[in-house]
Amino acid sequence: MIAALAGVEFQSNWLQVLQSPFLRNALVGGSLVAVAAGLLGYFVITRQNAFAAHALAHIGFPGATGAILVGVPVTLGLAVFCVGGGLLIGVFGRRVADREMATGTILALATALGVLFASLASANASTTTSVLFGNLLAVSDDQLVVFGAFTAAVVLALAVLARPLMFASVDPAVAEARGVPVRALGVAFVVLLALTITMAVQVVGTLLLFALVVTPAATALRLTARPVRVAAIAVGLALASVWGGLVLSTMVNLPPSFFIVTLAVLAWLVVLGVSGRRGRVATAAVPADRHHPH
Amino acid sequence: MTTGGRPPALVLEGVSVARGGRTVWSHGTFTVRPGAVVGVIGPNGAGKTTLFQLALGLLAPSSGRIEVLGAPPRRGNRRIGYVPQNYTAALGEAIRCRDLVTLGLTGGRFGLRPTSAAERAQVDDALRRVGALDFAERRMSELSGGQQQRVAIAQAIVDDAELLLLDEPLANLDLRNQQEIVRLLGDLHRDRDVTIMVVAHDLNPLLPVLSDAVYLLDGHPHHDEIGEVVQEELLTHLYGTPVGVVRTAQGDLFTRAAWRDPVHQQENAREAGA
Repeated sequence: MIAALAGVEFQSNWLQVLQSPFLRNALVGGSLVAVAAGLLGYFVITRQNAFAAHALAHIGFPGATGAILVGVPVTLGLAVFCVGGGLLIGVFGRRVADREMATGTILALATALGVLFASLASANASTTTSVLFGNLLAVSDDQLVVFGAFTAAVVLALAVLARPLMFASVDPAVAEARGVPVRALGVAFVVLLALTITMAVQVVGTLLLFALVVTPAATALRLTARPVRVAAIAVGLALASVWGGLVLSTMVNLPPSFFIVTLAVLAWLVVLGVSGRRGRVATAAVPADRHHPH
Repeated sequence: MTTGGRPPALVLEGVSVARGGRTVWSHGTFTVRPGAVVGVIGPNGAGKTTLFQLALGLLAPSSGRIEVLGAPPRRGNRRIGYVPQNYTAALGEAIRCRDLVTLGLTGGRFGLRPTSAAERAQVDDALRRVGALDFAERRMSELSGGQQQRVAIAQAIVDDAELLLLDEPLANLDLRNQQEIVRLLGDLHRDRDVTIMVVAHDLNPLLPVLSDAVYLLDGHPHHDEIGEVVQEELLTHLYGTPVGVVRTAQGDLFTRAAWRDPVHQQENAREAGA
């Protein structure tokens, strides 16, 4: 253990490394993902879709290994499987009660396919590892273009859909009566989520994705419930995690995924501790149900 | 009561409704006049919520004709305010009361246009009318059941609905909160002459404000004035268990379960004689 930790060494030239082209790609790519993930996180939570988001990341795994098998870009394989998986969950999990079961079942099938594809493609261990844990430092110029397009799509779509999507997410029965296309918005949301996850998998990997898509929004929601502020804080936290994670990983020459996730989780823990104390005080101070004259 | 030339709030003519191939109820023919406060009663599974879904255009009748506020039902009718059953169950920490009420006004709007000052004033007005202004900035999850119900009603009235459809608004509320919500419904009705339809299991808390009732009996909806509905024979048939009706010297009307323990019956008889 001590011997292993001795491998962690401070890199005195980290500032220079930070300016190298591959780190610039990592910084830009990571930032694009952070923006999309931070924005969507609020809806993932209000729609009670956290498990689906987690599962979609894993459903991307066979997409990535399958892409290697047939020789197409990994991003394409990821996107096809994430979008397809999201739509399948939507079809089989119409009722919230069914969704967990549908999600878990499709998740298991996808993971089995992923193992099969990986074995057929004789993908080497490092390829599998980079899908599972992300490889932000390997983001290419081509991938950056795709990331840019995906993030632009998410931001533009949310600019148009945000309000009805929020209505449909927190209050589906009334929204439907009000003529809001609840079902169509659900499909649109899954597609946006799948695009974001396709990117995020390449940054933090399928196993750690939760920390970038759900945790920043969950942290923001502890601080405020004002939608615009939640979005701003969530994006800020996601960006800070990605940037801080990259700098720290450069300093000690270790994979950025660990630091990105750790920073996001640390922020969540700190806010949880602070708001937990404050929440108890606030609850105690206000009587549960005063008489309100009208 | 004058209706001011307004069309009826709800008209059903020979309406049958089916769900998954099974007829929920049939031969629904009645008219709810504008400004009525209508209790919708009947045993579990009789199709009370289904009646609301027809009016909201969420479900089409298998036969017959429906008119809501003088027009065929359609989804997204802004003249109807709706509070579904178990309204607050799906809501949690993620939304403030004020934002929820605002969604009732602007939630169907696509694009980024911010809420206008006039819209914010409308939201404030709705919150004030239900007595929820004090806790408007708090999250739904921080409120009591009665407070959450007020916010839900504020969301339903924020767009100046002419017809309010409330599905079990008194469920899970204690006696005082039930009475406060009923008083609120009375106020809303008096202030703007809104037509209100309320699904309820227990008629008693609502009796002070109800003018009519729709009762689902033997697979058919019936409509009558409340005084005609609150009859021992009818209610006993409706609920399938003995129900008594009592009118106090002050003119208050209430129903009660009529089954009694024989021992207590003697005591009650003595008290009544005293």
